Amino acid sequence: MVKAIEELGIPAVHVCTIVPISETVGANRILPAVAIPNPTGNPNLSQHDEFMLRKNLMIKALDSLKSIIEEQTVF
Amino acid sequence: MKKLKFAHYINQFYGQIGGEDKGDQPPVVHEKAVGPGSGLEKLFGEEGEIIATVICGDTYFAENPEKAAEEITDILKKYDFDCFIAGPAFNAGRYGMACGAICRAVQERLGAPAVASMYTENPGAEIYAKDIYVLETGKSAAAMKDALPAIAEFALKLARGVEIGFPEDEGYIPQGRRVNVFADKTGAVRGVDMLLSKLKGESFTTELPMPVFDRVTPAPAVKNLARAKIALVTSGGVVPRGNPDRIEAANATKYGKYSIEGIDDLVTDEYITVHGGYDPVYVLEDPDRVLPVDVMRLLEKEGVIGKLFEYFYSTVGNTTAVSSAKRFGEEIGRDLLANGVDGAILTST
Repeated sequence: MVKAIEELGIPAVHVCTIVPISETVGANRILPAVAIPNPTGNPNLSQHDEFMLRKNLMIKALDSLKSIIEEQTVF
Repeated sequence: MKKLKFAHYINQFYGQIGGEDKGDQPPVVHEKAVGPGSGLEKLFGEEGEIIATVICGDTYFAENPEKAAEEITDILKKYDFDCFIAGPAFNAGRYGMACGAICRAVQERLGAPAVASMYTENPGAEIYAKDIYVLETGKSAAAMKDALPAIAEFALKLARGVEIGFPEDEGYIPQGRRVNVFADKTGAVRGVDMLLSKLKGESFTTELPMPVFDRVTPAPAVKNLARAKIALVTSGGVVPRGNPDRIEAANATKYGKYSIEGIDDLVTDEYITVHGGYDPVYVLEDPDRVLPVDVMRLLEKEGVIGKLFEYFYSTVGNTTAVSSAKRFGEEIGRDLLANGVDGAILTST
């Protein structure tokens, strides 16, 4: 889906755990997620720490969207 | 043995009527072999003969395929034949489409076995290979001398009612059929044999070819994040309670578009996941763990992004077909474009 969106000129980042799959399928902007059942969360952390973790992850995701890239990049 | 009877379809060029200028030739029939059909007849020898050749212009067919197919099957109805052959169309797209469509119509309306022949990448091949036999040929007419013997052999088999074997043995494009076979060695033994060959640097034949994925040019980066409209998309199956669009737990056939206008945080029970392929316990406690609305709303308030798009899109990635995902992505992408979205974050589980 990321590729289809990208093909229309909208930068898209794939936040996922199994990076090699995303690479093989061909996403250009890939951001490793926390874990399969909780890509943007971590139930082992306190609520506050988890929120900060999620915030930092999304900041990285936004960074990837504003990064100029020529080829597939894992952020 | 009685001579087997064949009917043949070719386009205006191979029918020696003319080139592109004669593309609008309506269907005509000759009660003999014409063009490449003569070559086929020689290969049939005593075993077969072509009793009717239908010639039709590629443009005539392409402009009204259903009507043309009906006209042609009406013509063929008057003849008694054992097998129908179309082509070889090589890489000619309209010709290949016509061959496929007519073969299918002959099978359906006249109940006769049919075989088309064309290059694998001919659009007619992809569209019709599942319904009819499409024999693979080379790309251009230069491959005619190899194509004809293969067609003749296959057509004779079809006409005789001989059971047709596997695609790789008979030369037709795989139809996606699964057939149970007995193997001499168990899968475990075959798998280890393959691994040993691979380790030794020897060649081996895979039993399951891996798909090849295309690449897209990276889209230009977001220039001004503080002014940008960012959208969230997920394949993790996060949907409003009740799954109003009935998105499937696996092999999804659809995606949903849901409003998050005025929502600062995805709350337990208001949102659930319907994805059947991962442990839902954590996302059910807090749906932001898969679709991070809370943080994105904060970043919007802090001015890091201009706006969080008021809708999110969700589907289930669990064994969902690549072709379906592609279609969802295209539709979602078009919607994002129409709504002036500058960037997308897609989360997967």
